[in-house]
Amino acid sequence: MGQTITQKILAAHCGKKSVDPGELINAKVDLVLGNDITAPIAIKEFEKISAADVFDRDKIALVPDHSMPNKDIKSAELAKAMKEFARKHKITNYFEVGRMGIEHTLVPDKGLVLPGDVVIGADSHTCTYGAIGAFSTGVGSTDMAAAMALGEVWLKVPEVIKFVYYGKLQPWVGGKDLILYTIGKIGVDGALYSSMEFTGETISQLPMHGRFTMCNMAIEAGGKNGIIEPDETTLEYIKQRARHVYNVYQSDPDAVYKDVIEIDCSKIEPQVSFPHLPENTKPISEVGDIQIDQAVVGSCTNGRIEDLREAASVLRGRKVHPDVRMIVIPGTQEIYLQAVQEGLAQIFVEAGAVFSTPTCGPCLGGHMGVLAAGERAVATTNRNFVGRMGHVTSEVYLAGPSVAAASAVMGRIASPEEIE
Amino acid sequence: MTGRVHKYGDNVNTDEIIPARYLNTTDPNELAAHCMEDIDLEFPKKVRPGDIIVAEQNFGCGSSREHAPIAIKAAGVSCVIAKTFARIFYRNAINIGLPILECPEAVDGISNGDEVEVDLISGKIRNITSGQDFQAKPFPLFMQQLIAAGGLINYARERISSC
Ligand code: SF4
Repeated sequence: MGQTITQKILAAHCGKKSVDPGELINAKVDLVLGNDITAPIAIKEFEKISAADVFDRDKIALVPDHSMPNKDIKSAELAKAMKEFARKHKITNYFEVGRMGIEHTLVPDKGLVLPGDVVIGADSHTCTYGAIGAFSTGVGSTDMAAAMALGEVWLKVPEVIKFVYYGKLQPWVGGKDLILYTIGKIGVDGALYSSMEFTGETISQLPMHGRFTMCNMAIEAGGKNGIIEPDETTLEYIKQRARHVYNVYQSDPDAVYKDVIEIDCSKIEPQVSFPHLPENTKPISEVGDIQIDQAVVGSCTNGRIEDLREAASVLRGRKVHPDVRMIVIPGTQEIYLQAVQEGLAQIFVEAGAVFSTPTCGPCLGGHMGVLAAGERAVATTNRNFVGRMGHVTSEVYLAGPSVAAASAVMGRIASPEEIE
Repeated sequence: MTGRVHKYGDNVNTDEIIPARYLNTTDPNELAAHCMEDIDLEFPKKVRPGDIIVAEQNFGCGSSREHAPIAIKAAGVSCVIAKTFARIFYRNAINIGLPILECPEAVDGISNGDEVEVDLISGKIRNITSGQDFQAKPFPLFMQQLIAAGGLINYARERISSC
């Protein structure tokens, strides 16, 4: 019986030839990740284990990103605890403010995760790295603590749902629209406990940033991981970045899937996900008149240079609507610099938008754009839960960068096609 | 254990269980003071030690924040019963020792305010108010070992000290 790419990676990390869905394994990890919110709890738990040291100081990444630069004294204390731990254990991959990025953009860009790796992170969007053919999944702080000590994690081998995307994408449609459409189709628990394997000719044509966006949101369908088989696009992306040996796995033709879902992409319009669940998706043509107070382009979902270029192409020579605050946040310092050098920063600022250094900030309602009671935002982020971006009566609409930028100009949720 | 039920619907997410504005602390009691606040503002005031949360599908979906099960546990909740749990919440609960049970029939047969008795070892759930009995799925062996060890940290400590 054939194995999926997910099974092959997991088998290789627990010393077996093959593994079956439902099997509980202890898998070796190639990277353990934490941020300024989850790592402090993990550090407290790690101390309780009484391990002499971390399992491998090169295989732990600590990224302060959620409340960065420190938004208040309590956040500063958390960041400090993480920094002190990094110093004490000589953690190689600690990224200070000014050199950091949003973890899920930074970690693959730094070449810390490569095809065939097993990565766990105390952050639910750790599933992002499936885009380069790694098995990566979000866990809690206690898992992170145990993995920092043992270099292992307990996992249940997931069943796999195969998604086959075919057809040519319409203008302004990208990875964000494909994944929002998919979640709209299967629901926020449509892939619960399962792996989502994204395949098909449309995926083969999709650039890396769109693949990252898709795998990033696997968790929004309840998925354990999202994964795409490495191909030329992947190898091109990692060529300059790879720092360790990697293994390219592919699913066998006779691999067993829990379900196969085919999606015709030629009919998909830009998507908007209505409050308060990512599954409440509508095509842009059916959105109606929804006035907004804020537009956000950024987050681990859409904070890559290509996302900023897309937003800038809509904003170039235009102004943000007088009633709207627009906030643009690049994913890493490198992307920030690139946006400055390419002139994107100038486009944003001239349009009347805020252009910030990397942070999660408004994505989780932390700072840098928190919503007041009753306010509405369109955002390229990944969650529109009750109160996610601020007050419990505020609302978040999820979309891709071009829709967010067009909406900022129009003052209501709008398609880039509406702008002449 | 016996407790009074607080019942919720589908997709109760971690932002509702503990909103991000309180994530600048790791103190369980501070977290408990805001537990469930964005779905049920009165919860922190009305919850009593031993109470049980019952919910429909996909309880705990969203972020990986362990603050969510920590807040529920520190609020005094003795057990969460749901039709299904989001997977990170599920593993976090087991790892930190918050008892959880998956039992769709029990969720359908329990109403808000009911008095419910739970036996974690056998997975037996009894609705004292209505007199109905339910049987939850037992945990796989490895998870039983984790629970018996008192959570993942104790398990890891045993592993470290034995090697
Ligand atoms: S950008 Fe948002 S979703 Fe991504 S890691 Fe930060 S808070 Fe989480």
